[in-house]
Amino acid sequence: MIFTTFKRITRTGFVNFWRNGFLSFAAIVVITLSLSVFGALIFTSAFGRTLIADVKDKVDINVYFTQSSPEEDILNLKKDIEALPEVARVEYISRDQVLTDFKTKWQDNALIMQGLDEIGNNPFSAILNIKAKDPGQYGSIADFLEHKNPLAADGTPLVEKVNYQQNKLIIDRLGRIIPAVEKTGFAAAIILIIVAVIVVFNTVRLIIYTSKDEISVMKLVGASNIYVRGPLVVSGIMYGIVSGIITLLLMAIVAYWSDAVILRFAGVQIASDFELVVNVLSRYFVQNFGQIFILILGAGIILGGLSSYVAARRYLKV
Amino acid sequence: MIHYDKVSKIYADKSKALDSVTFSIEPKEFVTIVGASGAGKTTLMKMLIAEEWPTHGAVYLESANIHKLNKREMNKLRRRIGTVFQDYRLIPNKTVYENIAFAMEAAGRSDSEIASDVPHVLELVNIEPKIWNFPGELSGGERQRVAIARAIVTQPDIVVADEPTGNLDPTNTYEIIRILQKINDLGTTVILTTHNKGVVDTVGGRILTMEKGKVIKDDKHGKYIL
Repeated sequence: MIFTTFKRITRTGFVNFWRNGFLSFAAIVVITLSLSVFGALIFTSAFGRTLIADVKDKVDINVYFTQSSPEEDILNLKKDIEALPEVARVEYISRDQVLTDFKTKWQDNALIMQGLDEIGNNPFSAILNIKAKDPGQYGSIADFLEHKNPLAADGTPLVEKVNYQQNKLIIDRLGRIIPAVEKTGFAAAIILIIVAVIVVFNTVRLIIYTSKDEISVMKLVGASNIYVRGPLVVSGIMYGIVSGIITLLLMAIVAYWSDAVILRFAGVQIASDFELVVNVLSRYFVQNFGQIFILILGAGIILGGLSSYVAARRYLKV
Repeated sequence: MIHYDKVSKIYADKSKALDSVTFSIEPKEFVTIVGASGAGKTTLMKMLIAEEWPTHGAVYLESANIHKLNKREMNKLRRRIGTVFQDYRLIPNKTVYENIAFAMEAAGRSDSEIASDVPHVLELVNIEPKIWNFPGELSGGERQRVAIARAIVTQPDIVVADEPTGNLDPTNTYEIIRILQKINDLGTTVILTTHNKGVVDTVGGRILTMEKGKVIKDDKHGKYIL
């Protein structure tokens, strides 16, 4: 009997979904728009996180050493810095490496290359490039270097300069802006989700309102609540499934279309500078398709089904 | 047996639809309730299917106070009463077959029973050729036949017909009354409300006359006196 009831409810739900063509279409449009808000939030969040990670990755401080600093002392200091909890990684760039990098970068500029030849010897210092785990932590790393003030065997300072003070303004700003952006984004997402849920609920309620006479007739012929409400919930779930599939298709289109748009607007040079930002949405969509599929389709099913369930309740009191 | 015990209905605007109505209906009776519009006929019928609740008094079916039943018992009671409304109340997006099958499904009948009984009952009310039509494709008389088919398909103990001929021409009116009489002949209690004198004269039998929410006359072989 339970199987028969389930079969009849499901069949009636499908038939109603198909026959109430315009209402089904209206519900699908509204739920698709709401799910698109979810999709946009997922993409915005992914894009924002990647962008922030990329910007964080670009922020660093360089410690420039005097030309006479022995490599062994520098490497000892590197070990001390790596031991700090705030530090993500430290890279040692020798004087020779700095010179090679410089030559590679400016090999097409004859004037610069000529100037370098005239100097004769290697004019560059060795560098320790330091990346902190968080942009807000560069201050304490700079303090550490200042207080340590490492000296060579002959008593001369090893460190010529630390470029923290030059980068301090941007580092401090990023340290403030990034958490603020994250908090604002979260609040905006919550508000948008609430609005989307309310819009869907009201649309489904209006659709069920048009069926209130049918519901009362069904009740008056002795149909149980599950018999009356079941097909409405099945139709609601159908709205959610169809809307979810449409939303996933739209997300796929946006993900691949955005790659071309970013490249066009940002320009190839900027795009290559911010390497991570290119193809971020399409890559994110492919890598996380399983989760996105469950999230969007699940949200659609819950929105459609639950809205129908709740909206039908008031008309069952016959 | 159906028993109305001092039933009153007063609406929020203080208008009184029923005023201490008391009467009983025996099984297999054919009772016609007559009265002008606003006399309280429809409210009286709605009380029986618990579409309306009395302000005072009680309505009993056998020993059960209808308005004190729980949900499950109420559903069972409604399956024992077939209701025909003046405005048909067919479900517009279901075919004739589905409208009738739905009442059987609600009553827990099997698919094979539904497949055999629905065409049979449509034949009884002479609407079988329209079995796959939607209500919007039918005339008023045809819709009322479908409504009657839906009311009787579960073989209820009681059929309540509230002004079933109100929107019909004389030919269809006569046909509907003939069907209701046939149902009564098969042993079903029929309660019919009407303000059509011709219908009353055709039906004969017991007539309850209502005026301003009161039963002013209960005549076993009465005539329409208003």
